[in-house]
Order: sequence, then structure tokens, then C-alpha cells
Amino acid sequence: MAIDFLYPQYEVVRNYDRCIACRACERQCANEVHFYDPEFQKMMADESKCVACHRCVSLCPTRALKIVKTDHTFKANANWTGKAISEVYRQAGTGGVLLSSMGNPEPYPIYWDKMLINASQVTNPSIDPLREPMETRTFLGKKPGKVERDRDGRLVPNLSPQLELNVPVMFSAMSYGSISYNAHASLARAACALGTYYNTGEGGLHQDFYQYGPHTIVQVASGRFGVHKEYLEAGAAIEIKMGQGAKPGIGGHLPGHKVGPDISRTRMIPEGTDAISPAPHHDIYSIEDLRQLVFSLKEATAYKKPVMVKIAAVHNVAAIASGVARSGADIICIDGYRGGTGAAPTRIRDNVGIPIELALAAVDQRLRDEGIRDQVSVVVGGSIRNSADLLKAIALGADACYIATAALLALGCHLCRSCQTGKCNWGIATQRPELVKRLNPEIGAQRLINLVTAWDHELKEMMGGMGINSIEALRGNRLMLRGIGLTQKELDILGIKHAGE
Amino acid sequence: MLQKEGQIRIPAGCAISGIFHRDGARENGARIIESIRTMHDRSNGLGGGFAGYGIYPEYADYYAFHVFYDTQAAKDACEQALERHFDIVDLSRIPTRRHPRITDEPMIWRYFATPLQTKLASSQLDEREFVSRFVIRINHTLEGAYIFSSGKNMGVFKANGFPEDVGEYYMLENYEAYSWTCHGRYPTNTPGWWGGAHPFALLDTSVVHNGEISSYDANRRFIEMFGYSCDLLTDTEVITYIVDYLGRKLGLTYPEIANVIAAPFWSTIEKQPPEERERLTYLRNAFASLLVTGPFSILVGFTGGLMALNDRLKLRSMVVGEKDDTVYIASEECAVRVIAPALDRIWTPRGGEPVIVRLNERGNP
Repeated sequence: MAIDFLYPQYEVVRNYDRCIACRACERQCANEVHFYDPEFQKMMADESKCVACHRCVSLCPTRALKIVKTDHTFKANANWTGKAISEVYRQAGTGGVLLSSMGNPEPYPIYWDKMLINASQVTNPSIDPLREPMETRTFLGKKPGKVERDRDGRLVPNLSPQLELNVPVMFSAMSYGSISYNAHASLARAACALGTYYNTGEGGLHQDFYQYGPHTIVQVASGRFGVHKEYLEAGAAIEIKMGQGAKPGIGGHLPGHKVGPDISRTRMIPEGTDAISPAPHHDIYSIEDLRQLVFSLKEATAYKKPVMVKIAAVHNVAAIASGVARSGADIICIDGYRGGTGAAPTRIRDNVGIPIELALAAVDQRLRDEGIRDQVSVVVGGSIRNSADLLKAIALGADACYIATAALLALGCHLCRSCQTGKCNWGIATQRPELVKRLNPEIGAQRLINLVTAWDHELKEMMGGMGINSIEALRGNRLMLRGIGLTQKELDILGIKHAGE
Repeated sequence: MLQKEGQIRIPAGCAISGIFHRDGARENGARIIESIRTMHDRSNGLGGGFAGYGIYPEYADYYAFHVFYDTQAAKDACEQALERHFDIVDLSRIPTRRHPRITDEPMIWRYFATPLQTKLASSQLDEREFVSRFVIRINHTLEGAYIFSSGKNMGVFKANGFPEDVGEYYMLENYEAYSWTCHGRYPTNTPGWWGGAHPFALLDTSVVHNGEISSYDANRRFIEMFGYSCDLLTDTEVITYIVDYLGRKLGLTYPEIANVIAAPFWSTIEKQPPEERERLTYLRNAFASLLVTGPFSILVGFTGGLMALNDRLKLRSMVVGEKDDTVYIASEECAVRVIAPALDRIWTPRGGEPVIVRLNERGNP
């Protein structure tokens, strides 16, 4: 119907003086935007299909293409924005739930950008990381809080299982299914080379990737896809996924058309069937049930691996985290509302949950108030965009950070937020073989290594400037942060002073 | 209005000096004052202090509380609290002499006391924990009262001023100790509060410290989980609590404490033989939040011993000299030479390498 017509959000601008009609754009676009018109002997575009992923722009040999936001507009209205109006038309036309991908893009405050970092001078020298050791190695896991000695008085190593990270960054959970085989291969190889970990997500572990087990965190989510004894034993740690920042309170849905032979085998479900993760774990309706699952997994792996519990940052996250810390979990992972997803209902993604900065500050303080901060490590994600975010997160109290969106960007993702269509032109969020092969895992791994190495350099540079030469002395060191343009309430929650104080 | 310590964190540079007689011989405060006087320029007149061990042999079994009072009301309240929990066997003003450069003095009192057995038994705490909780509670909650020394057979003497003046003010020539430490302070911005001077002490552990630690808030927020309250917001206070926690509460030895707070770099740990590597990795990992970074040289006094320690990069100067059974430690060599010109040996300890001296069999019969 005419009222359902929506003018495309993006326009393809082609410079015909440059276009040589090589048809590369046409071959590259899985959305079938570009086509050759033999009659006029020129390239044309159906911009209604364009998702602004820039694949064509990046590969056009003559730089003839660009994508621009359309200036077509509804009559200006601060309340009924073009987006709000369009969404009503779409729902009136289909009766469906709006779907989105990747993290919440709405203009909520970004607290990372409202915190400033300290530097030393005069009373305390800054340290040059090029000349002095600068340490970013981190261990995750419960600390003993007491010492034991043998009969000769020697210390008995009484630590619970730990994860050792050469850099305080890990790759966050993304399932095989939501992302491609080659994307997983890139993450796994990079994690090994960097001395850190990647996370299988809830889709099980492909047989080919068992070799990366010592740098793999295997996830157990509400759908229990691909979970079996060898899977649990393959990883360095086990993560129970209770929630996800992009869609707190709901489960997941991998449509049947993505469940090909490989994914079917890995997930242990029939080919072509939808893989639906329930909203809750149906064996966890309360905290005591979580404790049972934590210890079931520990029993299954002979108490040799740390168990992580991932929760979404929601309003009472501090109380939840305290409960999780007392449930036997070794590591708590908190996912903020900017965290990414392969698909989520738009309303949930954009309206549920709270910023990771506030959640982290509240959780860290709560665990300290209860005297149990040392019994659990805290890992945060959703979203850490650069090394400054990373440093600020650690100074607020995180032991390490999870990155996923940034990792996908390193692999070529252009944040077009159309993962749910399965037509990712960059070979990441797709299972179509001709698209998957566009991502070379060798190159992908190297780009991830480059990214994390660069962040590590920057982290060391900033730490040195602060006169801190070891990451553990930065953790929870909130005096190193100052707020800018924040209310007293926000400062109180973050536990920091305002700039100038 | 300028905020005082406890309301704002004030970084400081400083001078430290210590004398330790392994054989237990005791000397009065004259030489330690001479030593710190030599480093006059390392202080700026905004704080100085001393700790002496073995100074109260007549009351060796009693906790010696040294207390600053701003008001009579605070004194009354503190004494009431003391009487509720302790048997006080002696109390007096701490003797001082008038000094032109020491002004604005609070009331300075000393109590020799022992916990009331009934209170101690009902608290189900060991005696030292009972006393430390009492001290922390008074300092945290009682406005205008500050217990700055609480060990047995030891005492802290500190004030706002240059350290040599502070020593004269407290008439340290009348005290004899087998171990002296002292401190001259160079804070960057302070109205000068007596409680903010060093040494900082809890029970018989006292710390003098030269430096500014960059790990302060990480250490503070961690140690406060264990019942400590960092009311002064100074580096020295948090270091004292760390030493107390690791040593008294967890039972780590002084070398192990040094391996935690000035942990070797990973690159150094990796070069150790397997057993030592495992031990150092364990200590660093298990007590990661108590690693202290940034420049420091500290003297940790305790009953029967003294530990000197530099930060792991050695960003502060510190030398150690030996003559027979006596050990001298100071920020600068001149502060040792001025009182002990002829030494058997003098050396500069490496960063993170603790120098621990203890009473020998003659000193500790």
C-alpha cells in the first residue's frame, strides 16, 4: 500500500565520470542494490535495499561510489521524528516486532566520554614505558583471602583455578551461527597469539576449533546448544550466560535458514530448525538454582576451570552481582546496554538496561561494601570502544574488559546493523559460503592482534603517565578519574570527583 | 578554607632515617635528631616525627596510647571509651618543652593500658585485634581525638614542624630505644595537621615513608574491605594497614610482605627457578590489589625489627650503613655519615629488595 512506502534512508551516489561499469559493486552486494542496465549501458542502484555497509564503496576500483544519508524528510517534528513515524508504518503494515542488530545506537549519555584521566608530575614521576617495564598481565578468578603453609612453613598454593591474560582484554561471546566460521577462526587464532581468550557464545564449539581450547571460554546458555562433556572440558573456562546487555530479559533466536549442516552438528540440532534460546534458563528460577548450575559445571570439570556468570546491566545489577559472587562463580561478566547482538527486538535493545559505566561502578562498590570483591573477578563489556574506555573501566574497578563490536570492526564490520538478515557483505554475520570466504582468517586474526596490541600500547602509555607500572595498581583506582559535566548524583554513583576537585 | 588531612588527599615528598641496634643496646634520641637535621632541606616544616622501640620497659606489657586532643570534650569522650574497654594503669601529659617553631599544639596525652579481660573475652577477638579495632573506631568516629600510637613498649612522637624541632619539643633525649625511625615531611599543600605527620602507626607497626604512591586508591579501596578506615587519606596510613593486614591478620613474613607490596616484575619472576617462580607468582596474584606502585622508600618498625623497602623501580633514594651491630638507614648518605662517619659497609638496596634487620641473640635473650 502506498502508505507503507518509506523513502530509502540512504542513497547511493555514483560518479558516472569515474564509473567504468566493471560491475564489482554488483558482485559484492549480497543485498542486490547494484545492477547493470544494458539498455543505457550503465550501472544503476536500488537504494531501498542498501544497508550502508560500504562494501561496494570500499571495493570500487575508481572510487566512484559513496553512500549518503537521504535528505528526504517528513515535516520536521521534534516528537514525531522520521524514525518514529516510519516505525509505525512498518508495524501497521506487518504486525511484527521490530528487529535490530548490534548495540543501542540512541543518544543516551556515554559516561566514558565524561571521565578524564590523571597524570603525574612533580611530586610523583611519570614512567616511560619504552624504558621501564609496564605490566598489563592480569589474572582472573577468586583470590584465597588467606594463606596456608605446609609443615616446613612453605606457602601452599591455595588459589582457585585462574585465567591468565597477557592483556586485560578478551573477545566477548558471539556464537557460531550468529557469526561465521571464518570470524570464529580469526577470533580464536588472535586470542592464542595475544595470550587472551575468545568466547564461543551459545552455539557450541566447532570441531575444528578444539585445538584453540586453552584460549577458549565455552558458554552455556539457556538453549544449552552444543553443550556436552568434551565441550566443557575443551575450554579454559566456562561461562554461564544469564543475560545479554543488548536484550536483557529475553532469549535468542537463530532462524532455521542459518542452520546448515555445520551449525546443525555444532549446535546438536536438526538442520533447518530454528534455534531458540529461552528467556530464562528453565533450571534457574532463583539464585540458589544458579549456584547448583555453577557447581554442576565445576563437578563436571573436576574443579579445574573457573566458572564465569554473565549478566546484563539492569537496574538492580549490584544486588544481582552480589548474589552471583556468593553463588560460587569465579568471575562475573557484566554486559552494558550498548552491547551488541546479532538480532534483538528494537524496543528492548533501545530501552532496557543501563550504562555499563554506572553498573560497573555500582557492582564494584557493592562487592567492596560487602567485603567480597576479592572472591570474584569482574569483567565488563558493552561497549568498550578504545583503550581510554578500557583504562577508565579498570580504574572504576574492572579486572578486564570484553570487546566484541570493536573486534568485529577490526574484521571489517561497518556497523550497518543488519546482521539479522544474514547477508553480511563482509563475511562476518552470515553463513553463506560465498560471503564467508570474503573474510580471510589469517588477515582477520592479524587485524585483531594489531588492534589489541595497539590498545595495550596506549594503555601502557597512559598508565606510565599516571606513574602506575602495573595494571593491578590501576584497578579500582578511582582517584585517577575525574568527572566532567556530571551531576553530583552521577559522580556519587561513579564514585569519582569532579574535574577541579 | 583549606581542608585538612582526611578531607583531601595531599601528596608529599620527604626524608627518612632510622637507627637499629641488633644487640638491643639502647640510645636516646639525640643522634636520630642529628641525622634528620642534616636533611633539613628535604622537609618544609609541615610535619616531622619519630618512633622509638624499647622506650617503655617499665610498662612493656601495656599498650601505650599516645593521643592528640583538639578539645576537652574529645578528651573526656575518649577517656570514657578507654575506661570502658581498658584497665588504665598510668596516664599523663606527654612531656614537652616550649619551642619557638612548634605552635598550635593540641593536648597530647599518654595512657598505659591493657584490655579489660571481661570485654576481651566477650568480644571473642584476640587481644591485638581488639586493640586495633578500638583505635580505628576512635580515630574514625571521635571528632577531635586521634590515637597516633598504640603499641607495646614503643611510641610515636610527631608534630607540625621541622623534624629536628619536633625531636627537641618532645625531649627525645629522655627516651632510650634500640630502634629509632624518623621522618621529615614535605607536603605539597597542607595547613599542617599534627595527625598527618609521620610515623603512622597501628599497634607496634609504624611506618615512615618518603614518596607518593600512585596505587593509593586501589590499595585503599581494597584494604577498607577488612575493617580498616583510611581517615587520613595519606599513603603512609594505607601502607601501615597493608603491612598490618598481611603480617598480623594473614601471617605473611616480612620478606613475603615485601614480595607483595613491591612485587618483582613478571620478567624477573620468569627468570627464577621453578619453586621460587611459583611462590612469587602466587603472592603477586593472590594479593594483587596490595601491590604498591609509584615512588616510595619506607621504614617499617616493629617489635624486635625494622624493614626498609624501596619501590620496585627505586624512584626514591635510600642507603643502608652498618657499623658493628648497628644499622643505619636514611634517604641520603649524609644523614648516616653525620652520626656514624666510619662504617663497616654502606650500600644502596635495589628497588623492591627488602632490608630486614632484627634483634640478635644478645638483643633478644
